[in-house]
Amino acid sequence: MSENTHNPKAEAAVYAKTLITLLILTAITVGASYINFGAMNVVVALTIATIKATLVALFFMHLLHDKPVNGLIAAAGFLFLGLFLMFTLLDFDTRENPQPFNLHPQVAAPAPAAVPSATAPAAAPEQH
Amino acid sequence: MSTSTVDLHPDPHGHGDDGHGHDDPHHQHHFTTMEQQSDTSKIGMWLFLATEVLLFGGLFVGFGLMQARFPEQFKEAHEHLQRPLGALNTVVLLISSWTMVMGVLSARTNQRKKLVVFLLLTILCACIFLGVKYFEYSHKYEEGLLPGHYYSHHGDKIPTVNGANGYATFFSFYFMMTGLHGIHIVVGIALLAWIAVRGNRGEFNSNYYTPVDLVGLYWHLVDLIWIYLFPLYYLIT
Repeated sequence: MSENTHNPKAEAAVYAKTLITLLILTAITVGASYINFGAMNVVVALTIATIKATLVALFFMHLLHDKPVNGLIAAAGFLFLGLFLMFTLLDFDTRENPQPFNLHPQVAAPAPAAVPSATAPAAAPEQH
Repeated sequence: MSTSTVDLHPDPHGHGDDGHGHDDPHHQHHFTTMEQQSDTSKIGMWLFLATEVLLFGGLFVGFGLMQARFPEQFKEAHEHLQRPLGALNTVVLLISSWTMVMGVLSARTNQRKKLVVFLLLTILCACIFLGVKYFEYSHKYEEGLLPGHYYSHHGDKIPTVNGANGYATFFSFYFMMTGLHGIHIVVGIALLAWIAVRGNRGEFNSNYYTPVDLVGLYWHLVDLIWIYLFPLYYLIT
């Protein structure tokens, strides 16, 4: 905290610029959502979101001028979230049938096997 | 509890005025300096924020998996959310983040009145956010766009397969994530009001403003989570 002894007016100007940048990025991401990039829609939206989140963390949350340990803790949180996401997606993508067992068609309806499962309105009693 | 320990040992080692701020009533005796004290509080806050990231992260991962499982249903369900309202709430929260950081700056530069005004503006933004959210929720309720087996919307294009309804799953995640975020906003309003009352009493100054700083960090994290919720729910179609 004691390193933050620079001019408060200059600091307020930095915050104002950060806010304006964040609002411009919001306008860009809303505008971009009306353009169809196909599979890149998610990438575009999340990239802009990550830029915005970084600006908030660096300037509003003071990580840029703060003690490095705080930034390290924040980075560790996101690192473990990334690991969680990565291994979950690996698991999901490498399964033959990612459906939960109670939703496997052959398990859900063993006796009346002749019922076409795609159009039958809830052949088995409702299972959550 | 914390301040009374100082009173019990007003000057244990006879160095009451050595320029380390020992005369500050907020200074707890087990910290060498005020700076060490505030740094310690800050590390604790950041650890808490990391757990918050993981709390919401689990929901984000679940949402991603369900989007992969019901791509068409999720795409159609997205259309029920009103993009302008989501954008409005994003702008409101970003402005509230700015008023918050200006409040912290005011506390650090001994501007008591500005601190209270900026905190009240932050609370106002939070209330606008919740008002818009209430409008959105009641609209969903009327249309039957509700979580799990409460889902009763008619006219969906893709039929239910084997009892698995992707639309209901979408709205389960929608209400769980925006609801949990909304609870954080409500908690934030309470914290901001607490800080505003204390700030009005003149409890904060350039030497001691840790509570303002930490509530600010919490408030920015709530904003940061919304920065990801907004595109994922309202924009990606």
